[in-house]
Amino acid sequence: MTNAILTGLMLGGMYALIAMGLTLQYGVARIMNLSYGEFLIAAAFASHWLFTGWAISPFVGLALVVPLAFVLNFAIYKLLLTPLVRRAPNRDALEVDSILATFGLTFVIQGSMLALFGGAYYSYSFLAFPVQFLGETVAANRLAALGITILLGLALYAALTRTRAGTAVRAVAVDPFAAQLVAINVPQASALTFALGGALVAAAGVLVSTFLTFSASSGVVFTMKALIVVVMGGVGNMLGCLVAGLALGLSEALVASYVDPGLTLAVNFALFLAVLLVKPAGLLGRATR
Amino acid sequence: MSARIAGFGATALAALALLALVPRLGNAYYLALAISLLQYTVLATAWGMFSGPTRYVSLATTAFFGVGAYTVAVLGEILPWPLVLLTAAALGAIVAGIVGLSTLRLSGVYFVIFTFGLTELIRQLVVWFEVNKSRVLGRYVFVNITQADIYWQLLVLTAAVFLLGWLIARSRLGFALRVIGEDETVAKHCGINTTFAKVALFTISATVMTLVGAIMAPRWTYIEPSIAFNSMISFQVLIMALLGGAHRLWGPVLGAVPLTLLFELLSARFPNTFTIILGCIFLLIVYMLPRGVAGLFEKLSTTAGGKPTQRVAA
Repeated sequence: MTNAILTGLMLGGMYALIAMGLTLQYGVARIMNLSYGEFLIAAAFASHWLFTGWAISPFVGLALVVPLAFVLNFAIYKLLLTPLVRRAPNRDALEVDSILATFGLTFVIQGSMLALFGGAYYSYSFLAFPVQFLGETVAANRLAALGITILLGLALYAALTRTRAGTAVRAVAVDPFAAQLVAINVPQASALTFALGGALVAAAGVLVSTFLTFSASSGVVFTMKALIVVVMGGVGNMLGCLVAGLALGLSEALVASYVDPGLTLAVNFALFLAVLLVKPAGLLGRATR
Repeated sequence: MSARIAGFGATALAALALLALVPRLGNAYYLALAISLLQYTVLATAWGMFSGPTRYVSLATTAFFGVGAYTVAVLGEILPWPLVLLTAAALGAIVAGIVGLSTLRLSGVYFVIFTFGLTELIRQLVVWFEVNKSRVLGRYVFVNITQADIYWQLLVLTAAVFLLGWLIARSRLGFALRVIGEDETVAKHCGINTTFAKVALFTISATVMTLVGAIMAPRWTYIEPSIAFNSMISFQVLIMALLGGAHRLWGPVLGAVPLTLLFELLSARFPNTFTIILGCIFLLIVYMLPRGVAGLFEKLSTTAGGKPTQRVAA
């Protein structure tokens, strides 16, 4: 039982980290990014390549991959998504357009990765030894990933609530029009937040690659889980993200160890629907629409 | 007006009769191509029937297609063929009803997210059931159905879909959907039962997709979850409907025909980079032709006719 709960918490922490980037991209930049999981897998491949080709530890790899992802996502927002933002007459139209554009992007990225790496599953062994933690045996790489996740989450939370830029970002999330009235450069804030979300998912990709096997086509599952966590927690809500991620991870681990590992996705969806039916705005979200 | 409808109906019937003769050509390649063309025409038109007027992007075409194909794989040898098709249609309608009732009451985004994951969910459930309960993964389809039979069934389905679409567009339901597409709040204030209208049309469109899957299933002879639930179908159908223009009944055909031919060519020439090319074509359509070929025609005809271009406030 403790083992299942511990596994669930670690899994949940990972889901929360994966979803944090998306909640920024969707909640602030208003981009519903369906190619999100593809960016995660791309970062995982980058980390794999750095580790096996150049013997660079994934923790050092983070320092290389994350800034690169930030720049790349900034460019994507500026080049690909700004035309859509300009064209859209309202928020719903932007949502539809961004869904379509990023859906197309999914296939471009996935196809590129398939062409580069093939359809095989990849993994590498990094910190793959057992350690004792709270009386249970867990893998060191998972524990390390969880530690970094917590650090990243705390840093992000502090940045959003304690700094000027973070306050501006939260203002844009609440109301992009009113934010302009208090001299916030909304397009700039949106672009930077989108890029920050991209950097976070790259970090998640590097961390995930240390303990999970992945293939060029496994991005969809991560997109799916991130979307579920974001909506369940309340769009744009960091704390909700954490709560929903942990709930998802726990339920998955419990079902996998007590019912059947083949039914985890079904449990995800059941939980998702249950939350939507009871609280359509998400666990910690406020009903705005 | 009724003379125009009669003339149009006569032309459609003549075209149908001509198309029914394709298997008589005796060329297996052309028949296979014609089947692909019809398959994507029906799927794209069915997609446009719901997503066109409501602007709710459904990414679950594959899920329904797969449900249909898998029903045939399980029941194909047990029940007579018409009964198999009926069961498939009923299953598709039930799944669509459940999905629609639980997500379409809410904002459109939840619907998109759910349909995005629906294929994966149903595939996982099917795999789980096959591994744990029936203990077979992958089934053989031995039914006495030739390529020509598949073609004729698809042709009938195509005709039925267009007739249905035309009837719906002229009915109260079709009008209600167009109002919802323009502004859902206004629709509610007009006394339209928006949830009922959306779920009803989503169910109709999904049932058609399920039927296509069921009709196409005998083509494979061997079916396993990864074949039946191939997510490329959702993507291709979406591209076709968008290129053609989903806001018109006849729009998706304009996208389905050229793109099926193009995909046929591309997948043979560049099997490895096919997905990348598809993605790029799709992005081009989203950016350059947001209202599709149909929208382009409308724009040209209004400017040529000298009428002032009407802009509908969105």
